Amino acid sequence: MAGVGGGNDFQWCFSQVKGAIDEDVAEADIISTVEFNYSGELLATGDKGGRVVIFQREQESKNRPHSRGEYNVYSTFQSHEPEFDYLKSLEIEEKINKIRWLPQQNAAHSLLSTNDKTIKLWKISQRDKRAEGYNLKDEDGRLRDPFRITSLRVPVLLPMDRMVEASPRRIFANAHTYHINSISVNSDHETYLSADDLRVNLWHLEITDRSFNIVDIKPANMEELTEVITAAECHPHQCNVFVYSSSKGTIRLCDMRAAALCDRQSKFFEEPEDPSSRSFFSEIISSISDVKFSHSGRYMMTRDYLSVKVWDLNMENRPVETYQVHEYLRSKLCSLYENDCIFDKFECCWNGADSAIMTGSYNNFFRMFDRNTRRDITLEASRENSKPRAILKARKVSTGGKRKKDEISVDSLDFNKKILHTAWHPKENVIAVAATNNLYIFQDKIN
Amino acid sequence: MRKRGSRPIYMPVRRRREKANMYSKGTKRKFSDGVDNKAVAASYSLQRQSLLDMSLLKLQLCHMLAEPNLCRSVLIANTVRQIQEEMAHDGSWQVVTEALGGSGHGPSDRLVDTEVLCQSSEQQDGGPRLYSVMGYDGCREEEVVTDKALCSVVVGDRAPALLLGTIGHCWDRGELRVEDGVSKDSGTGEEEGTKSGEGAKMATGQVFGTFEIKNGAPGSDPALEELFSDVDASYYDLDTMLTGMQSAPKMGPYDFLDSLASSHGSVSNSSCRADLNELDHIMEIIVGS
Repeated sequence: MAGVGGGNDFQWCFSQVKGAIDEDVAEADIISTVEFNYSGELLATGDKGGRVVIFQREQESKNRPHSRGEYNVYSTFQSHEPEFDYLKSLEIEEKINKIRWLPQQNAAHSLLSTNDKTIKLWKISQRDKRAEGYNLKDEDGRLRDPFRITSLRVPVLLPMDRMVEASPRRIFANAHTYHINSISVNSDHETYLSADDLRVNLWHLEITDRSFNIVDIKPANMEELTEVITAAECHPHQCNVFVYSSSKGTIRLCDMRAAALCDRQSKFFEEPEDPSSRSFFSEIISSISDVKFSHSGRYMMTRDYLSVKVWDLNMENRPVETYQVHEYLRSKLCSLYENDCIFDKFECCWNGADSAIMTGSYNNFFRMFDRNTRRDITLEASRENSKPRAILKARKVSTGGKRKKDEISVDSLDFNKKILHTAWHPKENVIAVAATNNLYIFQDKIN
Repeated sequence: MRKRGSRPIYMPVRRRREKANMYSKGTKRKFSDGVDNKAVAASYSLQRQSLLDMSLLKLQLCHMLAEPNLCRSVLIANTVRQIQEEMAHDGSWQVVTEALGGSGHGPSDRLVDTEVLCQSSEQQDGGPRLYSVMGYDGCREEEVVTDKALCSVVVGDRAPALLLGTIGHCWDRGELRVEDGVSKDSGTGEEEGTKSGEGAKMATGQVFGTFEIKNGAPGSDPALEELFSDVDASYYDLDTMLTGMQSAPKMGPYDFLDSLASSHGSVSNSSCRADLNELDHIMEIIVGS
């Protein structure tokens, strides 16, 4: 697969952008999660309004070999509605926190979508043929009088306009007191885990009225609460292994075979703190916002506020690679604390070959790091670069006094334009980047 | 839980520069000049204080939102704790004890007395009194929230160590939601002992308050009990709550305010006076004089 730096080997081009153009962004349209399915044929997004939009890649046409298949809307449905918790007198937001696809087992596609409290399994099926020529009923569905039937015919299948239906097949509710931040499908394709701020639960996909609590870090005395769970994921191959990250910058790997309640971790990953850079914000910026296993299952990646770290599962005391995402923000931490940006939760993702990683930043910038060449690049998702197949230009933030042409200074960055959610196609160099209410799709240049 | 290193060192100069005024240019740091060192230390102190105030404000605002973010609240609360610990190490705590006349024991004894009185009156009435305790919280919360002058006085840096003990207890006590019309009169007895830590207490307490499901009065109705049987009732444990109150700062509210008024002239006295009178009245009720 390709490198991510500029130059001869590889370049990213604009492919598509989805979403409204107006400056006025409706809160409900803000994209809150993006996920490709296992084949990359489908791309799902969830938004703050509780809707899920699924895009499907069109088959490559012979007429235009230079453009890869485009993603077009396949299905749109309302996954979650706002609810009211009467016990606590609080509204439960309908915002979709995560979407995870299930492996495809038949013609239909299934995904799990979750808001703060409830996980739903949706089945998306399509019909593009209909049968005509029934014996017992008319074309309009009315039953025919059996005595009138004098001959038998075999119904024929005729093409019809494609109809895509999404139906909720399972609703997994009432298992989380706190806000769900992660869901992850297990490699056994039968179970999945869901994690909230203090607990991790294990579910069976077929059983909605029971879940097993496998991690509980709630202290007996809530007074003593100093650490919460921020993300969790199942190992891609070992169905007994999962990890969860915390707000203190630690990751715990647990083996479900060891005990029913995995409160004691099998492995504990933490990088020792650099005493020279300690400040009152050290803990906040060390809080891990996302954890992702590599496809190989040998590494995992964590995102904290300023960096992305790659860990070898066999080495607990420090990461094997650390990439600075926006180190120039380190001197601005106080302002970022004041405007709450320091609490933004950025996600990160691997490419299919585990050779590159991607994560978002501010000003609609996103960053990619090539693990082999150690090159990195900053790109921007903006309407200005949205001509079809336009090559994306590398962006640079100037940190010193002198600002070169085309560079942007740290103080000019727009902190309202944040890219928190990105996804990489499992097999190809196609990426989806969510910029507030717009979804950008970029792909590599075909020479 | 692994301790993250020892006591935090001072923030690096760069950050100091950034903080006092977000947009100010840096001031050069000079070596070994007594006067300059003091200036730098004072500026750092100011910045640290401002950070503390900002954090406490954030925590206060937290509970006003529909559904506060637990992770964010925990991180802010940890930051507040860190600042307080450093302030305590620094000796800012010394300033406070001096202001109180040097002895921490006198006021605290007095306070324990009043607390005991409070407790016993609650314990006597059992179930229904639980609701009135909720009213306390509601009452106190309203007072603190609306009375900005009091709030700002209390949240000042003058008694960092007082805040020290209280943050933790808030998770529990604050877990009582301020709901439906609970009698406010019964709430007045609670005023003592908490004013000093009020800002932090209410803030952090209310933050975690929204995360616990309210339970019905224990033992009142078996059907209700069964309904709520799977609800976590630990926070509603009277003992826990009272323990929280017991360990509240060992200072009467207007002891603290008096000390503030006397030793730190910058406090606005006029707004405090009215409150002090009210507190006077309340204290009289409690002490039963």
